[in-house]
Amino acid sequence: MLTNDNDILKAAEDWQKAGRGVALATVVETWGSAPRPTGSNLVINDEGAFLGSVSGGCVEGAVVTEALDVIASGKPKMLEFGVADETAWNVGLSCGGTIRVFVEKVGS
Amino acid sequence: MKADLLTALNAERSARRPAIVVTDVGSGEQRLVKADAITADPLAADLDKHLRMNKSAMIEADGKKLFLNVYAPTARLLIIGAVHISQALAPLAASLGYEVTVVDPRTAFASPERFPDVPVVAEWPDVALPPLNVDRYTAFVALTHDPKIDDPALLHALSRDCFYIGALGSRKTHGRRLDRLKEQGATDSSLARIHAPIGLAIGAVSPAEIAVSIMAEITARLRLPQEKAA
Repeated sequence: MLTNDNDILKAAEDWQKAGRGVALATVVETWGSAPRPTGSNLVINDEGAFLGSVSGGCVEGAVVTEALDVIASGKPKMLEFGVADETAWNVGLSCGGTIRVFVEKVGS
Repeated sequence: MKADLLTALNAERSARRPAIVVTDVGSGEQRLVKADAITADPLAADLDKHLRMNKSAMIEADGKKLFLNVYAPTARLLIIGAVHISQALAPLAASLGYEVTVVDPRTAFASPERFPDVPVVAEWPDVALPPLNVDRYTAFVALTHDPKIDDPALLHALSRDCFYIGALGSRKTHGRRLDRLKEQGATDSSLARIHAPIGLAIGAVSPAEIAVSIMAEITARLRLPQEKAA
């Protein structure tokens, strides 16, 4: 089932109320060609389940891994992905753009 | 994001009220600004601008980097006429993320069997439309071909700031429709908002193809700068 933004944030609320650890990732800046616009959300729970997207699937894996850290520590993180980034060889954006993703824990 | 902020944000979204989440990306500090609180907010000018453009962005204020996440209501499609084209249009629009409602007073057309997954209101437009709260996040299409139904529906749409209004019918049919609507007090400038013949010119023939041309035109109106979407 394809999810819209309402479903994504509702899932975050439901997961949190059910006692799960939840993180919210948001595209906050983009340069060049970027697959999802600023404001796009990805929500992640502590079992590694996720809904929504911050890219076309290129960096979601890395964001989910970082999100598990954020859930554990409670401290927000700013992530950057792009061809100039050293992580580009692993999880960079194939389209050549750069995005910055803010990851925060839900519930405190 | 605090749990109560998320709950409040979801409440605004389910009520189709726009809201903006302001995040200080340095400290992680965050607050929710509801649409009706924007004018009194210290960031009123920025908030208002980004809400109107429906664009989330990073701004700088008082030496802080703030991210404004604009949560506009989900786009909605209101279909007047539970006709054959609508049976193709409703699921297509739903797959594009629109909340779809169909209005048709003719109960033979407006049946749940013909529209299994879509709310169908079997009422005349004057009864059905006011409670549906046609807003600027709504696209409005009149497809019945019947002036008794389409005309009052279009007059209602013209009185609201919905982002798209389309009406089915040939140029000739639309010409006669414009004459009738003018007689009922509609002005030339408001009537110019109606896209007719409806849809992008892609040579659509079947109901499903016409549905594609309508959604293509609505998408252009939603996403392109206005002069390109004409």
